[in-house]
Amino acid sequence: MSQEGSMRRVTAIKNGTVIDHVPAGKALSVLKMLGVDGNMSNPVSLVMNVPSQKMGGKDIIKVEDRELTQHELDRLALVAPDASVAIIRAYTVAEKMEINLTEEVVNVARCTFSNCITTNPMEPLPHRLIVTKREPLELRCRYCGKFQEIDKLVDNLL
Amino acid sequence: MPGLITMDDLTNEEIISILDDAERLLPVAKGETYLPLLQGKILGNLFFEPSTRTRMSFETAMKRLGGDVVNLGDVKTSSVVKGETLFDTIQMVDGYTDIIAMRHPRQGAAQYACDSARVPILNGGDGAGHHPTQTMLDLFTIRRAHGRLDGLNVVLAGDLRYGRTVHSLSHALVRFGCNVTFASPESLRMPVEIVNDLKAHGAEVYETTNLLEQINAADVIYMTRIQKERFPDEDEYAKVAGAYKLHARDLDGAKENMIIMHPLPRVDEIHPSVDLTRHASYFEQAFNGVVARMSLMCWLLGIKVPETIEGGASE
Repeated sequence: MSQEGSMRRVTAIKNGTVIDHVPAGKALSVLKMLGVDGNMSNPVSLVMNVPSQKMGGKDIIKVEDRELTQHELDRLALVAPDASVAIIRAYTVAEKMEINLTEEVVNVARCTFSNCITTNPMEPLPHRLIVTKREPLELRCRYCGKFQEIDKLVDNLL
Repeated sequence: MPGLITMDDLTNEEIISILDDAERLLPVAKGETYLPLLQGKILGNLFFEPSTRTRMSFETAMKRLGGDVVNLGDVKTSSVVKGETLFDTIQMVDGYTDIIAMRHPRQGAAQYACDSARVPILNGGDGAGHHPTQTMLDLFTIRRAHGRLDGLNVVLAGDLRYGRTVHSLSHALVRFGCNVTFASPESLRMPVEIVNDLKAHGAEVYETTNLLEQINAADVIYMTRIQKERFPDEDEYAKVAGAYKLHARDLDGAKENMIIMHPLPRVDEIHPSVDLTRHASYFEQAFNGVVARMSLMCWLLGIKVPETIEGGASE
């Protein structure tokens, strides 16, 4: 199926956010990171594993009537650092947003190591994960030094 | 505030300089010379879990240099049991002190304290993480025995998974070009992130389950306690524990100047017969904790150790 054909699987939205170039199979993690679940009323469209010249395969998500903030984009950097994000207003792209993976991911997720000092929710210092490698993504906790399991980080979002 | 949290906080040149200072401070550590370099300074000893050697040697080091010490005391009677955060404890103690030595059961606690504090933090062990002041006294002991740190064959044996002393030490040894062999039961192997770090530094890491085969080629054998409680049952423990017990008769083929080290306390991994051999270095190693920590506190507090000290080595 052509890419154009795959895009037509999801109808254009009037207002909201389109997240394209999500790594194939990661769309559900992205939704989780955005807090999109059955309890919200915004319509959400999703296609998975569509062909992509750039990525081989990709997922696409459209969330209606919601514009992502920069803080939410920081979260996406953990599972979809190369995703492209477009804010749609009145059926046109009003704004393109970049996901920039910073050298340190601050206050996005709690360290996944069960004996890390930061597991005490009363400790006030920020949660700091250092990016040690970008391809594939590798993160270490600034405090305990443990490598992070990305899939588990999704469960540890702040 | 700078502190000593992992060995990465020190360059090789700084390590050598601190060891040189420690060498000159030996007569002060032994009480043969009084040199109040840290007079007026107060060390805060924050030990959130049991410690004998580390806590006492920090205290001795500060007192030998004319300073004073305040202790957290028993955690059970401190504010910690009331739910005080580490952040708050540090805010309080660094108002009372000039430098803090800390041990904590949680990994990362020392870096966390360092980020919270205005005075230098010395990591005396954080969970199964790092124990760099132990590493400094270990390096001091190795250098005194062999006259150098580079190019030695060092075998680290026992519980390499949970033993924080071997985590910090292996990093430092690799930086000085030592050949490092890890001898441990399968279930207690060195954590993969540490092995990866060492390889990233260009080290060739050899892992084995057989300690006794490594003895003859070793310049240093660093023993650690295999902890029964880490095994699912006693049978599993019994299967492996015997392979990590050194007896004097195992050392017949060892190099003459090979030393056996142990961070102590030992249980039964080094038989008392080894104490009588020329290889036993663990009690001297324990003493060296005082002089290494004296030197580290001077370094962190910006106090210069004189080039010549009465009764001591000079540069």
